[in-house]
Amino acid sequence: MFKWLEKNLPKIVMAPAVGLIGWFVYGFVLWTLYISFTNSKILPKYELWGFGQYEKLWASRKWLISVDNLLVFTALFLIFCIVIGIILAIFLDQKIRAEGVLRTIYLYPMALSFIVTGTAWKWILNPTLGIQKMFIEWGFENFTFDWLVNREMAIYTIVIAGVWQSAGFVMALFLAGLRSVEDEIVKAAKIDGAGLFTVYWRILLPMMRPVFFTSFVILVHISIKSYDLIVALTQGGPGISTTMPALFMTQAAFHKSQVGLSAASAMMMFMAVAAVIIPYLYSELRRENAR
Amino acid sequence: MKKLIIALITLAFTSTSSIAGPKIEVLHWWTSGGEAAALKVLKDDFAANGGEWMDMPVTGGGGDAANVALKARIVAGDPPSASQIKGPTIQEYDQEGVVAPYNIDEVAKAEGWDNLLDPMIAAIHKCENNSGPYCAAPVNIHRIDWMWANKAVFDANGISVPTTWDELNAAAEKLQAAGIIPFAHGGQAWQDATVFEAVAMGIGGNNYYKNCYVDLKESCLRSETTVKVFDQMRKLQGFTDEGSPGRDWNVATGMVIEGKAGFQIMGDWAKGEFTAAGKVPGVDYYCAATPSNNGYLYNVDSFIFYKSSDPDKQAGQKLLAKLMMGKNFQKVFNLYKGSIPARLDVSMDEFDKCAKTSNADIKTAGASGGLVPSFAHGMAQGNTMKAALQDIITEHFNSDMSSVDAANALADSVLANM
Repeated sequence: MFKWLEKNLPKIVMAPAVGLIGWFVYGFVLWTLYISFTNSKILPKYELWGFGQYEKLWASRKWLISVDNLLVFTALFLIFCIVIGIILAIFLDQKIRAEGVLRTIYLYPMALSFIVTGTAWKWILNPTLGIQKMFIEWGFENFTFDWLVNREMAIYTIVIAGVWQSAGFVMALFLAGLRSVEDEIVKAAKIDGAGLFTVYWRILLPMMRPVFFTSFVILVHISIKSYDLIVALTQGGPGISTTMPALFMTQAAFHKSQVGLSAASAMMMFMAVAAVIIPYLYSELRRENAR
Repeated sequence: MKKLIIALITLAFTSTSSIAGPKIEVLHWWTSGGEAAALKVLKDDFAANGGEWMDMPVTGGGGDAANVALKARIVAGDPPSASQIKGPTIQEYDQEGVVAPYNIDEVAKAEGWDNLLDPMIAAIHKCENNSGPYCAAPVNIHRIDWMWANKAVFDANGISVPTTWDELNAAAEKLQAAGIIPFAHGGQAWQDATVFEAVAMGIGGNNYYKNCYVDLKESCLRSETTVKVFDQMRKLQGFTDEGSPGRDWNVATGMVIEGKAGFQIMGDWAKGEFTAAGKVPGVDYYCAATPSNNGYLYNVDSFIFYKSSDPDKQAGQKLLAKLMMGKNFQKVFNLYKGSIPARLDVSMDEFDKCAKTSNADIKTAGASGGLVPSFAHGMAQGNTMKAALQDIITEHFNSDMSSVDAANALADSVLANM
């Protein structure tokens, strides 16, 4: 009995969690998939209707705008987070004084909710309250910084706020990666006459491949799901210029009585996340099996 | 210790299985300020009549969170007894089969709601496509097409309350020249649409408004008049300040109160901000209808009563419906909320100037065919169509889209969502 328990205890302990995840995550994913094939309006309905919701979705101007925005946001968010994260990590890696304090400062935005970040940046970027007003009061009468209220530029303000929040996290990942490299390698390179730049560019950064990968996967799924930041910062405005898929989805479900359309958009987002995560998991699992 | 636990358990059980009597569970988002105070009147009334009120307040996002909670409850097969739902959404829920068999109709018949309400307002609250039994109760009538203006600012610049849109534009230009923000506006989709419908009714006239935004006729939406309406919207946009996008409506009202801006176009809930700042209508500020031909854009808040198999809750629904339409609640609630009673026979003596104007105007409008439902506030169209209109209006207002393109986009958007 005791032996049996000892052998199966981990499974017994894990079972409820697996069951709950199975139902609440995978079960509901399947439910959403089903609903996306129905003509559900204000409440879910269960008669199948075919691909009508997907046709409607891809004919919707607002959805196309939100997909465009997502592509722009994801690309810039990724690039800036990773570049800024790496630069900060390399600077901190120079064994400087007060590293602990600086590290905390850079990492601190991560502790805030996106709602807080969004609200703070909304005030900072508002032309009548924030940076622009400050510069005008300092005497730069013609200074304008109106990205937040400019339809063409508003999406970039979301990038700014998102990068501010997440770059520190990327820095922490890279710093941990850099610290795990053995000193001997760096020393050997230096003896061979490599400068600091060469050491990082040719040796250390190429060794950071898994860290790049991890950051990529984490950042991409943050950006596909980004909702709270937009709600706090622009509410999808000015007009509908900063709508993103997650915002589109909640609006369709809860404001517009389009539950079926909302489910279809949720499935599109799900597929986008899956397209990123599945190859990652596949490569990770294969590596583990190879060991 | 053990005794204590047992005592607590018995207490818990006895307190839930209370005595039979009218019982109601109300999902709402009236949790602050005047709305909460007004709701308390209703709760006290309900308790005084031997009812048990189970409050289910869900705050956040002007009812967004409450809508999420409501849908979850309905999908789970356990709708609350009553919730804040209005306009055509009442019919949407009815079509889902969660409202029938219309418990409160009996009360409505007994109390003679047909005689107490304007027929147009009454129809909103009748299920089965606005002609069957009553399934919801109105609590107020908001007017949307209000202009709130700072009197001191207007006086200082020699402006009187404009009665045509041209006068309004001229007044705004005068203010702009004097370095005052003419038009206090919050650039959020629903606020853009609020202004748009006032402009549409004013410039296009009442029949144009009905053809376009109630009946959704394509020829009307693509017409020259719609182009003119969008032209006026573009002018108004020029009168806003650059901090406008994303601003909340009450912040914009604050700008008028402080004299930083000349006027705002907003429903009568804006009055609450003036009252809270200690301002008096006619003395410190003007409340005037936006220019139109005796038009009146209405927005009625209602409570819908879902089906329930529990006889206590059925009794509760009947009692609540009766109290909600009662003279006392209709008066007190609207004194707090800034709107006017939906019930026609409530004395307006205690109301302020703005509410009295509203009450007089609705009768004129009703007689002359100018009483029209607001689409921006979900009275003329269901949620899907409302959003289809709103998306284009806000996109036009916040971009350099031409008026002709906007009119066509509006028609396309409506057709795509038919």
